[in-house]
Amino acid sequence: MEHNNKDHATLAAAFNVDEARVDWHDETLWFVRQKRDKAVHIVPEWEALRETASQIKNNVLSNLHDYLLQFEKNAQQNGITVHWAADDKEHNQIVHSILQQNNINRIVKSKSMLTEECHLNNYLKSVGVDVVDTDLGERIVQLADEAPSHIVLPCIHWKKEEIGELFHQYLGTPKGNADPQFLTGAAREHLREKFLTRRAAITGVNFAVAETGEFVVCTNEGNADMGAHLADVHIACMGIEKIIPLQKHLGVFLRLLTRSATGQPITTYSSHFLQPRKGQTLHIVIVDNGRSRQLGREDFRNSLKCIRCAACFNTCPVYRRSGGHSYHTAIAGPIGSILAPNLDMKDYADLPFASTLCGSCSNVCPVKIDIHQQLYKWRQVLVKDGYAPTAKKIAMQGMASTLASPGIYRFAGKMGRWVIKHFPFMVNNKLNAWYKHRDMPAPPKESFGEWYKKNREKKG
Amino acid sequence: MKAGLFIPCYVDQFYPQVAIATLQLLEKLGVEVVYPPNQTCCGQPMANSGFEHLTKGCDELFVKNFANLDYIVCPSGSCTLHIKEHLHDEHDEAAATGIRKRVYELTEFLVDVLKVEKLDASFPHKVSMHQSCHGQRGLKISQMSELVAAPFSKPGKLLQMVKGVELVQLSRPDECCGFGGTFCVFEEAVSAKMGKDRVADHIDHGTEFITAADMSCLMHMEGILKRQKSKVEVKHIAEILNSQL
Amino acid sequence: MSSREKILSGIKANQPSLIALPDVENFVQPFADVVEKFKTVLKAIGGNVHAVQNVAAIIEVLKAQFADASRIISVLPELNDYATLYQQGDDPHLLNDVDVAIIKAHFGVAENGAVWVTEAILQERVLPFICQHLVAIIDKNTIVPTMHQAYEQIAGTSYGFGTFIAGPSKTADIEQSLVLGAHGPKTMTVFILA
Repeated sequence: MEHNNKDHATLAAAFNVDEARVDWHDETLWFVRQKRDKAVHIVPEWEALRETASQIKNNVLSNLHDYLLQFEKNAQQNGITVHWAADDKEHNQIVHSILQQNNINRIVKSKSMLTEECHLNNYLKSVGVDVVDTDLGERIVQLADEAPSHIVLPCIHWKKEEIGELFHQYLGTPKGNADPQFLTGAAREHLREKFLTRRAAITGVNFAVAETGEFVVCTNEGNADMGAHLADVHIACMGIEKIIPLQKHLGVFLRLLTRSATGQPITTYSSHFLQPRKGQTLHIVIVDNGRSRQLGREDFRNSLKCIRCAACFNTCPVYRRSGGHSYHTAIAGPIGSILAPNLDMKDYADLPFASTLCGSCSNVCPVKIDIHQQLYKWRQVLVKDGYAPTAKKIAMQGMASTLASPGIYRFAGKMGRWVIKHFPFMVNNKLNAWYKHRDMPAPPKESFGEWYKKNREKKG
Repeated sequence: MKAGLFIPCYVDQFYPQVAIATLQLLEKLGVEVVYPPNQTCCGQPMANSGFEHLTKGCDELFVKNFANLDYIVCPSGSCTLHIKEHLHDEHDEAAATGIRKRVYELTEFLVDVLKVEKLDASFPHKVSMHQSCHGQRGLKISQMSELVAAPFSKPGKLLQMVKGVELVQLSRPDECCGFGGTFCVFEEAVSAKMGKDRVADHIDHGTEFITAADMSCLMHMEGILKRQKSKVEVKHIAEILNSQL
Repeated sequence: MSSREKILSGIKANQPSLIALPDVENFVQPFADVVEKFKTVLKAIGGNVHAVQNVAAIIEVLKAQFADASRIISVLPELNDYATLYQQGDDPHLLNDVDVAIIKAHFGVAENGAVWVTEAILQERVLPFICQHLVAIIDKNTIVPTMHQAYEQIAGTSYGFGTFIAGPSKTADIEQSLVLGAHGPKTMTVFILA
């Protein structure tokens, strides 16, 4: 996705210019959160399941080296070719070289946030490979030359009328038809032709089982299966953290994943790939791209437990009102805000601050990642490593020295309520930022300290 | 029982009536309240902005002020949580640890320590509860809508002891108001929008008073209510629990 | 050093000391009746369900439901009178014009309305995805309560490909409006054979 110099606050402010649209975006995602609530509240053991999943993932991260070797060995025995990519660039080159070896330059791809993270589409385009995203939402944003704004609902920021217009332009549907049923039907026709003619399919991986060497791909549309089962070459791309130890652990994760994501009891398809189809070649690309570095950060390694359900997006009051693109990274939302600084501290120094630390994200997380705690901790790291704006630094130093000294604090308070200038909500003298939509509290004639001195201390 | 009153800096400066209500309420319930006069702030504004390393002075002052008290009580979930999670003192870590264990948000102190079962208070109005995130999800003073767990609410329990209070339910029972400390200026657009939406939920359900265990959220919502020239007011829960006809 | 070695050594250096794997409790949901639960959930996710006594009853329902279908195939010899028996070996692309595909499933899962099928049953992996309408038959006594019991059933079995299928293909990508029939079957009908 395109990099730009804008930060979350600026992009979110732009998103908020159209308030009705913000309301619509917020309501749509809140609806998904409500569906999630309904689905999980009928599972009495829900919290125990979360705890189990969390502990399994803790074990995975502590034994990842051996699990990856076990997975590789089993996958190879099953007839799968395993590749290793240290970073995004190598991942893209591996995919391209597999395609070249098979003389393929037109492919289909189902949803894989890893390939978004690696900007695979742009890379393949640059080397002359035509990629068609087959997930409906991804196809929509691809036609619009955009990145997904949500990892489960890629075009959640698009209105149906706009999609109708897009399809009219690119798929030749009648102008003005914005019926979701009709538009989905049009996409079905359009993409079925691609499934039938393309010889290679890329999919993501939801879970990779060390014990058996199989991997599981979950979709509702069936697009991963349509691509993989009709293609001569299937390439599955996975981050190193997708490993789970035992096959029976799929029972735990599949119970959690879709209930958390969309409120469905399970995705329509949970496909287990163990061996290539007869006459087909099957490749797995295992990608690090900074993950092993994150594994070494004690405070942040838990972020690697993520199973990409996006429950934290849907519940996040900031995400719902700022839109996915305001995070300017492939994985937006709260989880993206703790993953992105690991990729590039400078580019993503703003993201851990794009939160009120309300903690709802950690509560919905099916693997119990302490997301809001990590947001707090990233703030400390980023400031210490010098990624805080100078004005903020000066303001904070001034505040710290005042608050450390009761004498100065009381004096400052008296001097026209020092707080008016320096309090959290006015720090950096951004007085207007508060005042734009909110009135100031009316300063009382005396502080509590002053009142107490007058009314109580004499008595005592 | 002796308790130290820990008054957040913005309450001290802007909402002295909340501190007074807290003091009077505790005294009514038989608590001997001590107010260390040299207190300033818990340090959260700096820490949440990433400047935790600048809070040493605040922390040491806090330890000095509150080290020798049985309990420390604060009418703010957010400041209480900050102390509970982040107070350290390299000169006297034992004292800091002790404080972290003995610091209570007001409603949890009333329910868990004083075990208050009835209150002599009256507030004949429609009241809606804003669940401040740090009190709720941090200190767990109320059950959280995300979890599959039995509901409870310490502030709700107390409000039900007040004569005349009619508790109004909301569409989104525990969504953040968008204050978020410095978030409210650095992410002004989203913060203000969150505040507007939160206030609208309360107004739509016919409330007269929005209450909370945290004045910072109320300050944020008050700013929006005033701008909208709304008749709806904010009132800290201490003021309602301390109300008489 | 190859990327493989580089990645693995980086992981080894950075992973924390071993944290024990938890026991997975076999949560059994207290469904009064797993068959009823299965039916309720499958209907809720857009599937059709029929409890039947025998194959003749299945054919009767299908004849009414798919009167207009031109290509109906099955992988079950007992349905020879109604559908063309499909056997692997053809080009999977040639399945594109299948209107109705009838398969057997190993078992059903009550909590989510899913059925488990493997390559051995399907003959061709793409079959349950490429058809316009999917029909699956399960034995009543194979329905398990949750995914934990499902994986107890799967454990030790051998398959190159297996999948849980829960209802028709669907999407809600356009403004969260649910549409059945995204890329795969527009309907899914499950027969529960007594």
